[in-house]
Amino acid sequence: MKNIVQKTLAVMAAAGTLAAMPVHAAENGKFRVGVVTFLSGAAAGPFGVPSINGAKVLVDALNQGKVPAPYNVKGINGLEIETVVIDENGGATKQVEEFRNLAERHKVDAVVGYISSGDCLAISPVAEELGVPTVFFDCGTSRLFEENKTPRYVFRTGLDAAIDNIAAARYLVDSGRKVEAIAGIQQNYAWGQDSWGDFTAAIKQLKPGVKVTTEQFPKIFQGQYGAEISALALSNPDVIHSSFWGGDMEALVLQGNARGLFDKRSAILTCGESALDRFKGQASNGLIVGGRGPFGAFAPKNTLSDWFHAAYMAKNEIEPTYPAYKMVQAILGLKAAAEKAAAGKAGTVPGKDALVGAFSNLTFESVSGSVNMSRAKGHQALQGIAYGEYHYDAKTKKASLKNIKAYAGECVTPPDGTTAGEWIKAGFPGAKCGG
Amino acid sequence: MTTFYAIFIDGMIYASWLFLVAAGLTVIYGVMRILNMAHGSFYAIGAYCAASMVGWYFSDFDGNPYLSYLLLIGCALVAGLVVGVVIEQGLLRFMYKRNELLMIIITYALLLILEDTTKLAFGVDPYFTYQPYALLGRSDIGGLAFANYDLLLVAVSAIIGLGCWLVLNRTHVGKVLRAVIHDREIAVAMGVNVRLMFAGTFIVGTTLGALAGALTAPSISVSPGIGVEVIVLAFAVVVVGGLGSIEGAIVGALLVGMTRSLAVHLAPQIELFVIYGVMSLVLAVRPQGLFGRTLARKI
Repeated sequence: MKNIVQKTLAVMAAAGTLAAMPVHAAENGKFRVGVVTFLSGAAAGPFGVPSINGAKVLVDALNQGKVPAPYNVKGINGLEIETVVIDENGGATKQVEEFRNLAERHKVDAVVGYISSGDCLAISPVAEELGVPTVFFDCGTSRLFEENKTPRYVFRTGLDAAIDNIAAARYLVDSGRKVEAIAGIQQNYAWGQDSWGDFTAAIKQLKPGVKVTTEQFPKIFQGQYGAEISALALSNPDVIHSSFWGGDMEALVLQGNARGLFDKRSAILTCGESALDRFKGQASNGLIVGGRGPFGAFAPKNTLSDWFHAAYMAKNEIEPTYPAYKMVQAILGLKAAAEKAAAGKAGTVPGKDALVGAFSNLTFESVSGSVNMSRAKGHQALQGIAYGEYHYDAKTKKASLKNIKAYAGECVTPPDGTTAGEWIKAGFPGAKCGG
Repeated sequence: MTTFYAIFIDGMIYASWLFLVAAGLTVIYGVMRILNMAHGSFYAIGAYCAASMVGWYFSDFDGNPYLSYLLLIGCALVAGLVVGVVIEQGLLRFMYKRNELLMIIITYALLLILEDTTKLAFGVDPYFTYQPYALLGRSDIGGLAFANYDLLLVAVSAIIGLGCWLVLNRTHVGKVLRAVIHDREIAVAMGVNVRLMFAGTFIVGTTLGALAGALTAPSISVSPGIGVEVIVLAFAVVVVGGLGSIEGAIVGALLVGMTRSLAVHLAPQIELFVIYGVMSLVLAVRPQGLFGRTLARKI
C-alpha cells in the first residue's frame, strides 16, 4: 500500500512538473524570445519603459505583418513571436538565474535585452555556456568583447560606450567651441569612470594641452548636486562633460540651470537625448546632447524609422527615445538573422547554430539605418553616432535639435582587435572621418 | 575666498536637507525606540504625492504659481498623516512590546511593501516638477550663484529643528514625551497614556519624512528607489548625532554636510568615503553618538 501511494505521488509530481514546463517554442509553432529590461528601479523610467514599449509596438506589428519591408513577413520566419518579459532589476546574480530560467524552463529560442553593463558581463559567459543566441541591445561596456574574445552566441546591436565619448570629443573640437579647460561630473561606478577616461583621453589627443579643472564623481542616485555644481562653476571650465543618465541627469540639469552653470560655457551630456522632452525648458539652449548612436531624435528619416515613430506615438502618446529604438534594432537584427538562417523554409525555427552563423557579419536594415555587424568577429554592430544642440521653443513648448553632426562608424570605432584605450592613445589610426 | 564661501553655503544647504530627512527618523527612535527602516518610504511617498499634485496644478491650472508651495506642504501633511495613522493603527500598535531587533525587521518588510505600493500607485516613470524650484530664481553670494529655493530650505530646516526642540523642551506635551523617553514604565505608572504618545509621535515622524520628500521633489527627478537611497544617509546622520536626539541630528547633519562639502571642493576623490569616515570616527570615540545617552541596562 505504501509503495502504491509513493508511486502515485511520484507520477503526480512528474506530471505536475511536465505540465508546468512550457513546451519548446518550436513545438507550439511560435518563436519564443526572452526580453529583459528594467521594469523597476531607477533605470526603469528613462530606459526600461521606453525599451519595453518599443518591443511591444514592434512585436505586435510583426505578428500582424504590418512592419514595412524588408520585415513584412509575419512574426519571425512566419512564426508568431511569443515574448517572455523579465525585469532586469536586482543585480547580476539574479539576472544569471533568470537567464538560466529563460533557457532551461521557458526554452526560449533567443534572448534580447540588458541595459546594465554589469549584467551583460555576467550573462555573456552563461549565454555561451548554454548556447542561447543572445542580443545585447543597450549595455555599452567595452569589456564585453575584450573578455569574450571568441563570441559565438553573444551579439551586441548597440554601440560601445567608448564611441559616445570619442564622438563627444570630436563634436566639441569640430564645432569650434573653446575647449582649453574641461571639467567632468560622472556617476561613481564603472560607467562614469570609463566614460570620463575615454573622453579625457580622446579630447587630449584631438586638442593637445587641454586642462582638466575638476573631476566630480558623486554617488549614483545621489540627487543633490549643490556642492558639485559650485565646484564645477568655481573651476571655470570651458566645457562640462557628463555621462549622467536618468533622474541624476535631470536633477543635474535642473539644479545647474537654476544656478546658471551652463550660461557661459559648453556642456555635453552623452545620454541627454533620453530626456529631450522631459527637460521642458529647464536645460539651456545650446546644451549638447547625444543619443548613444543614431537613435531617438537622431534617427535618420527612412521608411522604418518613420513607421516606428508613428506606431510608437499612436500607442504611447509620447516621443520614443533612444532606448526604444535600440530595443527595436536588436529585435529586427534577430529577425533578419533567423530568416536568413531558415533559408526560405518558412514556418520553421532555424537551429541555433545556423541562427548565430547567419547573425555574424550580417548587414540589416533598422530604424537607425543600415547596421553592419562587422566588429568583434562579426558580433558587434558598427554604426555612426551623432551629437546636436538642445533648443527649446517656449511658444510651442517643444524641444528640438540643432547643429547636428553625425560621425561615421569608421571615424569613431576602433578596428577589430584593438581596444578603445589603445586606439585613442595611438591617435585614432585608420579613422575614416571624411571631409 | 570664494571657495570658502562655497564650502560653507553648500555645506549648510546639504546639512539642512540631511536634517530634514533625518528628523522624523530620530523623533520616532527617541520616543518609541523603533529604528524605522521604512522612513525612506515616507520620504518617497511625500515626494511622489507632491510631485504628482504640483505637476497636475501646473499642467491643468493657470493659477498663482506661488500657491504650489502650499500644495507641496499640504501634500506632505496629508500623506504623512494618512500613512502614519494606517501603519501605526494597522500594524505597529500590535508590535510595541517586541524586541528592538524584530522591529527593525518589521519596518524593513514595511519598506519593501511600501516601495512596491509606491510603484503600483505612481508607476515607474520619473516625475519632473521643477516649477517651484525654478520660480524663486537665484542669488549671487561671493561671486557664486545659488538657487533661492535651496537657501530657503536652510531656513525651513532651521524652523523645523527649532520647532521640534521647543515642543520637546518648552511644552507640557514635550515634558510628557521626555518622561516616556527616560523611563517608559514609570511614565505609565504616573498615568501617561503611552499608546497615545506613541501614535502621535509616529504620525509626526512620518509627516516629517513626507515633508522632507515633498520639499526635495522640485529639485530632483522623483523616481523609484529614492527612498532607499536616503535612508542610508539618514541613518549616518542620526548615528553620528546619537539615536533619538534632535540636537544630535542637527549637529550630525552639520558635521556630515560640512565635511562632504569640504571633500567635494578640495578632494572630490574621497567624497564618497568622508560621510562614512566621519561616522566611523565618531563611533570609535563615542559609540552612542555625539548626543546619545549611555543607558543602564535593566535586569
